[in-house]
Amino acid sequence: MTENILRIENLTMQFGGVIAVNNLSLEVNKGEIVALIGPNGAGKTTAFNCVTGIYEPTNGCIYFCGKAIVCNHPRGKMKKLYVGENKGAYPKVIRNSPDKITKMGIARTFQNIRLFKNLTVFENVLIAKHMRMKQNVFTATFRLNYHEEKRVRQECLSLLEEQNLLHLKDEPASSLPYGLQRRLEIARALATEPKLLLLDEPAAGMNPQETQELAKFIVQIKDKYDLTIFLIEHHMDLVMRISDRIYVLDFGKLIAHGIPKEIQQNQRVIDAYLGVAEDA
Amino acid sequence: MKKALMTLIPIALLYILLFVLEQILPASSMLFVVLKKGAIYSLLAVSMNLLNGFTGLFSLGHAGFMLIGAYTYAILTIPLEARPSVYQYFDGGIIQFTLPVFVAIIASGIVTAVLAYLIGLPILRLKSDYLAIATLGFAEIIRAIFQWDKLGPVTNGSNLLRSFPIFKSVLFPFTVAGLCITLIVLLINSSYGRAFKAIRDDEIAAEAMGVNLAKHKQLAFTISSFFVGIGGALLAMYQTTVQAAPFRASMTYEILLIVVIGGMGSISGSCLSSFLFIACSEWWLRFLDRVTFIGSFKVPLLASGFRKVVFSVVIMIIVLFYRQGIMGTKEFSLDALYKFFEKRSIKKHKGEDLAE
Repeated sequence: MTENILRIENLTMQFGGVIAVNNLSLEVNKGEIVALIGPNGAGKTTAFNCVTGIYEPTNGCIYFCGKAIVCNHPRGKMKKLYVGENKGAYPKVIRNSPDKITKMGIARTFQNIRLFKNLTVFENVLIAKHMRMKQNVFTATFRLNYHEEKRVRQECLSLLEEQNLLHLKDEPASSLPYGLQRRLEIARALATEPKLLLLDEPAAGMNPQETQELAKFIVQIKDKYDLTIFLIEHHMDLVMRISDRIYVLDFGKLIAHGIPKEIQQNQRVIDAYLGVAEDA
Repeated sequence: MKKALMTLIPIALLYILLFVLEQILPASSMLFVVLKKGAIYSLLAVSMNLLNGFTGLFSLGHAGFMLIGAYTYAILTIPLEARPSVYQYFDGGIIQFTLPVFVAIIASGIVTAVLAYLIGLPILRLKSDYLAIATLGFAEIIRAIFQWDKLGPVTNGSNLLRSFPIFKSVLFPFTVAGLCITLIVLLINSSYGRAFKAIRDDEIAAEAMGVNLAKHKQLAFTISSFFVGIGGALLAMYQTTVQAAPFRASMTYEILLIVVIGGMGSISGSCLSSFLFIACSEWWLRFLDRVTFIGSFKVPLLASGFRKVVFSVVIMIIVLFYRQGIMGTKEFSLDALYKFFEKRSIKKHKGEDLAE
């Protein structure tokens, strides 16, 4: 059995009466590129937000490297409202704030780019290193962390060089063209030294050629940084080309999973994407 | 290294200039009032900027924290022999020791920081407007507590605190405020400062990058309050007496106004605008408040309180048309100034060339 780095177990996220993610279970193995696809509003980003700790799931458990990082069961108001399955399966509650989860080694990018707009490209990457620095506010203020700071700056410079962003290092992040902003966001995520990288629609708004470059880029960074990549994407050519396995969500429910070829021929997936004829 | 020298030399020159001015001009000159109060308000404005401009926490509790600083300083430094007359309604008070001035100034910073930490625990969970309302409320609560009769033996109730050591030379507030502002600048340029700015720009992204929101907000709030406390102590020394009553919300708004005029996120902007603001309110615009006659003609509108009307209009103009303030988020430096004039002269030359 291959070692799984991320395991989601019976994840349910219910907002009021609406179930955004319904009993989702999936596994991401070490060194894989796994894609999560589905029509708009299928609950893909919600699933990501649960993994990264932005949302607290209503029910279910998420394991990272074999350790439970998020676990919950319907509590409080949700106790009565909950309409999902596996109600009593996870009596334990484990909560981690997003920054702790990032520290454990899960980095992410956002669907609508979230760079620090007023900061420079270089500062954007440096912030990702903040949590990894051995320092406190006094040593930082009085520059006693000089060596640490120098090392981190060097690391960030080489990271920017690899991403071909070095010549833009002192530009404000918001002045970058769209494609480069995406690239900077990935660079920033890489700077947190992750084991697992979550990419939320990295190719959104890109033309076919840019998408192709992105596909190459993703494979490249995966090999280079020994990463596992879990991505959400709508560009099917990108997904089919680079992913090892695909999970398909529709209305919060997992409707299919398998290798790209299987998914392409799966009738349920085709129905979900194209709709089913009324009289059929 | 060269950059450090470039900033240190003008600062040294400034201090020498102040020293010389003090020897030449009479001590009662209006200039010194402006310089003293301006230096103190610079510190207060910069510490507010650290919170509002750099960390993006819109806090309006400044007056309350200044009050804590001012009272701590006053209570700790009133000489023993003066205590019976100051605390005349409370049998000389219960604090029967006196601390040296510098120790008391640092103590007032620490006391303010500790109280701010405790207040921050519940209220830093709030965001934007709600945080502003909560801090404003706490400032009023602090003022009310310090006026409370039952605490009289410590705070002298709502009576004046006086006879504590004060400064005469303008160099004193400049040195203390200068040191504090230097520390704030160092903090802002450090890794923590970057994290603060990240929180300001995008909380969710900052958290996703591993910045612990609660910890960093608490840190910014506590550190800012430490310097506000020191600013309060300086203000007490400047005023020579301390009473809780004038530390109202309007004091916070004055400082907020300075920060906004100077530019949210610019230290030098805050300093510049605080001197400008104090000079206007204490000196240059004072004539607006006086009823004036030219010959037998009474100048219309000039009457007590008109200055505030003018100020309000200025605020509205700034907020409507010049929202980024004097400096925006840029910092003042000789380099930038030089470049600015260079560009201007190039433009001028170009214009002349075209004219030819």
